[in-house]
Amino acid sequence: MASIIETTTCGCAPAAQVGFVALSQRNTLEFNAEACINCGMCSAVCPQGVFAPGVRGTRRVQIVRADACMECGACQLNCPTGALKVDSGVGCAAAMINAALRWLKEPSCGGPEPTCGNSEPAVCCG
Amino acid sequence: MNTTPDLMHTSSTLTFADHWDHFLARWGYRRGNHRVTPGLYTIGNPTPESPVLVTANYSLSFDAVRSSLPGADGYILVLDTLGVNVWCAAGKGTFGTDEIVRRVEATRLSEVVSHRTLILPQLGAPGVVAHEVKQRTGFKVEYGPVRAADLPEYLKTHQATPEMRQVRFPLRDRLVLIPVELVQLARPTTLAALALAVLLGPLAALGTAAAVLAGSALFPILLPWLPTEEFSSKGFILGGAVAAPFAWLAHKQVAGSKGQRIGWPLAYLLALPPVTAFLALNFTGSTPFTSKTGVKREMFRYIRVMAGMFGAGVLLALMLRLTGKSDKASKR
Repeated sequence: MASIIETTTCGCAPAAQVGFVALSQRNTLEFNAEACINCGMCSAVCPQGVFAPGVRGTRRVQIVRADACMECGACQLNCPTGALKVDSGVGCAAAMINAALRWLKEPSCGGPEPTCGNSEPAVCCG
Repeated sequence: MNTTPDLMHTSSTLTFADHWDHFLARWGYRRGNHRVTPGLYTIGNPTPESPVLVTANYSLSFDAVRSSLPGADGYILVLDTLGVNVWCAAGKGTFGTDEIVRRVEATRLSEVVSHRTLILPQLGAPGVVAHEVKQRTGFKVEYGPVRAADLPEYLKTHQATPEMRQVRFPLRDRLVLIPVELVQLARPTTLAALALAVLLGPLAALGTAAAVLAGSALFPILLPWLPTEEFSSKGFILGGAVAAPFAWLAHKQVAGSKGQRIGWPLAYLLALPPVTAFLALNFTGSTPFTSKTGVKREMFRYIRVMAGMFGAGVLLALMLRLTGKSDKASKR
């Protein structure tokens, strides 16, 4: 997996990221349209409806709600051609504060001793 | 040696014991212990062609799946997620590719069913690489709907509608989260309120309790209706509304100098709203739509404001308390 490269403050991708284009100022989702084969996997896994299957005859998925991306990382993991990239993690202030207090690198939730949120079957430290 | 794969049986009917277990889980009682034994379960009378549904070994997750399948015949493959729900476990990676591979092999699933398809909950996707599961087990991953309630419909067509694919956060889902919040905050809030009651009087204790309740119970309820987008600013608005009557009461109650009559309400308006706002910010992790980038930005923007306001309010209250005493002393 390629290391996560910081996007600059303007939200644009550095020169090294040829092919990848940031989709929204509000999150770290990036898309490489050249690599997309319109398999539909991203639109199947995205819980926020960011993607919609491409129009018939086209080769690319449609990006319909880029701002709604919650950076769960499902699309990047399940994209068979590596056309999507996102700096995924938990959008959970409690977990981040907890991690900062304990000098942890990466905040996370759940586990035998949940650090944040609730054990709701569908809803947790998104 | 075992010649036939081990199968456990379950049913779609939830018993009183199941509901009691759910109730305890919702109140945060022994949170890590609401577990189901991982493995392969049959439901109804499945044949080798029947579908295989994958879920987590948190009892609420497992029960949501089985109770949505009355009259259906199939298999439920329960992964070991350490008693954590599908989405949280996926975020952690315990509901993940490796555990699926391990569990498919351990249960000898390929000897039980003739097809090669696993139906995963969509919210498991942040932990699973579908094409890798196929490579390593021969089983093709199919992502089912977000909610178990949509499973019967999904099983008819194996097509999820965009509605089935979208997470939602309706009032009911927000309400069930409140008990855990309350349980977690009960002790520190009670201690703080008692200390305040002794130091500053009952109004300060009540105000603090109200600010905490607003952040932990009222906030989840009112979430979609509070103006602004960020959780912290929503929390400040709600916290301000809750602090206002206490500030007014403080103004009415205080008899001392003009400084005291203006100072006390100001102390309430400074110290209480950040408490509510901080709890509101902490609720980000319980929702299904906040992103890491968004929460980071919000923390960077608001945490210093919260700390500053709270500190200033507490300091002001202490100063008023001390000078208020000397006021009284000088009057005597």
